[in-house]
Amino acid sequence: MPIHEQSLIRPENIKTQENLVIDGIDVSGHWSTFIESRVVTDYNEAMEEEIAALPGGEFIHRCWQCGSCTNSCTVNAVNPEFNPRYWIYLIRTGMEAELLRDKDIIWQCVSCNKCTYACPRDVAPEGVMKATAHWLEMKGHTEKSPSMHFDEVFADQVIKRGKIEETSIIRRFFKRTGQPLKQDWLIQMARNIVMKMPVGLMQRMGLAMVLKPRTSNWSKSRAALEDYVQECEQQQRKALGLSNGKQS
Amino acid sequence: MTERKYEKVAYYPGCALEGTGHAYNRSTKAVGNALGLKLDEVKNWNCCGAMEVKNIDPKVQTYLSSRVMSIAANEMGHDVVMAPCNGCYHNLKKAEYDLENDGDSKEVVGRLSTKAGHETYEAGQIETIHALDWIKDGIGEEGLKAKVKNSLQGVKIANYYGCMYTRPRHIFPEKDRGEGSESTSEPHFMDDLLEAAGAENVDFPLKTACCGGAHTLSDSDMSTKLVLNILEAAEASGADVIATECPTCHSGLEMHQIRAEKTLGRKTNVKILYFTQLLGMALGLSAKKVGVHENVSDSRGFLKERRLG
Repeated sequence: MPIHEQSLIRPENIKTQENLVIDGIDVSGHWSTFIESRVVTDYNEAMEEEIAALPGGEFIHRCWQCGSCTNSCTVNAVNPEFNPRYWIYLIRTGMEAELLRDKDIIWQCVSCNKCTYACPRDVAPEGVMKATAHWLEMKGHTEKSPSMHFDEVFADQVIKRGKIEETSIIRRFFKRTGQPLKQDWLIQMARNIVMKMPVGLMQRMGLAMVLKPRTSNWSKSRAALEDYVQECEQQQRKALGLSNGKQS
Repeated sequence: MTERKYEKVAYYPGCALEGTGHAYNRSTKAVGNALGLKLDEVKNWNCCGAMEVKNIDPKVQTYLSSRVMSIAANEMGHDVVMAPCNGCYHNLKKAEYDLENDGDSKEVVGRLSTKAGHETYEAGQIETIHALDWIKDGIGEEGLKAKVKNSLQGVKIANYYGCMYTRPRHIFPEKDRGEGSESTSEPHFMDDLLEAAGAENVDFPLKTACCGGAHTLSDSDMSTKLVLNILEAAEASGADVIATECPTCHSGLEMHQIRAEKTLGRKTNVKILYFTQLLGMALGLSAKKVGVHENVSDSRGFLKERRLG
């Protein structure tokens, strides 16, 4: 399988003069094509260390750019712009401006772990993707991604109750991301379920929505986890040089 | 009579099996009953953290899984815990690996367990297995064959294992150990069991492809594309049914089968059933007993036509 790569020569950097005569020789059109030189001066030297300080990013320094991650990547097969090897290169060389061009798709990693399976250097690229997405959000380069909203809604319920109840997670997630629940396919799905569902199961599920399943004697686990999550958050903010002010 | 392997194990169903994956819960228990394998549900269990909590902090997930294993081992005295859900199975395995190999994880789990007031789980106390291991190693193909009452003969199956059952490799030290062990690159336990029940397994290239389950709602368009790939590949392989062994994959396939039809106009007819539902029907249980009516997609017509369930 070929390694999918992207060209570093962008269309906007290719210049061609329609009418150009040099020393009496007509070099109009593609004869005069040149690539505008690219000068990078704004390296972010802290970027690799900061991403390595976030969970999942620890082993980014091991990468030797073989490209196995990108080659095996599930998302890359759908969108060739999704390129873990390239992003790891940019992070390690401090090319922040280049990385930011792709800031809105990095969160799309589906955690299938094919990269981590393929990686000969145990970089755990899946973790690096999550750490990078997290870094982009913490630094204010991107809004919270839908995925992060989902993770937060989910983790919040687990920490509070010990267990989750799927329908309330879905409802809270849709509300937080401003999506309507009345979508064609969701309605069809609900219809499929209700059409065949025995009354007993329907009652049980309805009951779960009201009573909310929870683990008993969970309060001490909850308190321990809440303290720990807060502690982690403070450490991460410190590692990224952010003030420890409370974020919403 | 000597005690069989896995004759009585701790059972960790997990949250999905009490909700969208209830059919998997029902069929797993029914198959266990039919095969004489006893399940002892972990008392007062909690969520393992699924695919989500690790993105808040991985050690929170390690703690969540360790608490489940601590109860099964220390309070109930089990040395094996079986999790049918790939997510739960994966997380327990990962916690086991981290507690064995990472000092920081061990320290954090010890601290959180003490604060929470329960015994700290120590690596090596319990073995985590999947429902596939449970039947494959507890009963085996020959044992299963002897109990088949209603062969799956003529049913063409694409076996779909997903991501979390085999990746990453390092958390599954018992796999890739040669004959008799599971393979992480070409898993075959589900193929073996369904073949023993009489089914014909098709050559399916996407056994361990990803369904986008982690982003099934947060990046639905991506998930729909990934699922459609799997469904269309299964149909191209000649499969009537995709057999699943994970509630997240299963409901992802069902949901996005509908979504692909509604948003992309691409309809697929391949049926989606848990492998435990197929095994249960082969063992002579009714479709109802294995919860076929609890699936989102409707396979009842197909099963009737094939005289199953």
